Amino acid sequence: METLERILGEHPFFEGLEPEYLKLLVGCASNVRFQAGAYLFREGEEASHFYLIRQGRVAVEIYAPQRPPIVVQTLEGGDILGWSWLIPPYHWRFDARVVEPARAIALDGKCLRSKCEENHDLGYALLKRFAHIVEQRLEATRMQLLDVYATHV
Amino acid sequence: MCPQAHRVEGVSRETQDTFSLTLEPCDGAEQPRFAPGQFSMLYVFGVGELPVSISGDPEQPGRLVYTVRSVGPATHALVSRRPGDSLGVRGPFGTAWPLEAGRGKDLLIVAGGIGLAPLRPAIYHVLRHRDDYVRLIVLYGARSPRDLLYRKELVSWARSPDTQVLTTVDYGGVSWRGRVGVVTTLFRHVRLHPDRTVALICGPEIMMRYVIAELERNRGVCASDIFLSMERNMKCAVGFCGHCQYGPHFICKDGPVFSYHQLRSLLGKHEL
Repeated sequence: METLERILGEHPFFEGLEPEYLKLLVGCASNVRFQAGAYLFREGEEASHFYLIRQGRVAVEIYAPQRPPIVVQTLEGGDILGWSWLIPPYHWRFDARVVEPARAIALDGKCLRSKCEENHDLGYALLKRFAHIVEQRLEATRMQLLDVYATHV
Repeated sequence: MCPQAHRVEGVSRETQDTFSLTLEPCDGAEQPRFAPGQFSMLYVFGVGELPVSISGDPEQPGRLVYTVRSVGPATHALVSRRPGDSLGVRGPFGTAWPLEAGRGKDLLIVAGGIGLAPLRPAIYHVLRHRDDYVRLIVLYGARSPRDLLYRKELVSWARSPDTQVLTTVDYGGVSWRGRVGVVTTLFRHVRLHPDRTVALICGPEIMMRYVIAELERNRGVCASDIFLSMERNMKCAVGFCGHCQYGPHFICKDGPVFSYHQLRSLLGKHEL
């Protein structure tokens, strides 16, 4: 049987994390499932979790009035969703809609923040990992803005 | 150097602005064989001549297939040809994808937009000679779902053994159920073995630079195992006119396919 500790330990995001920190994280983790069309969260809501997607596909969207939402990116098995739990005021800045039925590990943001305050080494280890994700997403967004496949004549 | 008259046998619409033309020689003469990655000069009589990569099956050299995106007057004239119309063809010209170098290895194909067209003959070759290669990985990015080329073929290629085909679009509507994100985001979903991977890349130059950075910096693929197809304003196609000069190279004669090792010092140079 797969334990949460094993699932977290095998995920690339937590690669190299001390086993004692993994144990701390497990205390904040839970298994969740979402049906297609469901929203993991919406813009403005409290960012209470981040998600380690195990299966399925989730669209990160920006709501725009009087037009369809803009899909910024999709995330799937192996991806990390959400870092607003880490940055005050801890509110989501976008919507996350399930495109294909998804299974994920949800990590409670409040629980993690209090553990990070108690243990700064854990906080630093997590922050380094999130900084890497933020860098990747920023680079992808810049490339997206270049609109490289557009016709330039 | 003299264009050979060819008849348009078929025109098929790939996307809203991109068409594939199938040509056969008017006199029934045997065609020179082409290698995947090579291009021809297509002459629309009274309009002009332009370089177009061959996108068909190299095992069917008698039927030349070209995939053309209508972006200006000459390409618009080209895609407006109808079955029975005539065109002039010179070629094939240029260097080919190093499919021999990929034998016994994983072949990674990364394409962006219409860049899939010059890579399609390489994919046909690998699928025909499947035992010569280990894994075939195709990563394909397009602007939007309606800009994806060869959609049916992408699905059928993905069904081939030891073949992974991943597509993504930069802009997807809410009805699109596939991936949204730039082509480099697809690397998250493939496991590469850098010591046995040969990468073939074709797309806008900016995209190729990002892909190369990902391959070299994050995946450990060697510069000499990365190949890319370059595009410049080719006129004569045989290295005389100099229109397509790129540093010490003529794209038409020394390329269009180069190893990244050859171009490392030139790519991204603002003066070029």
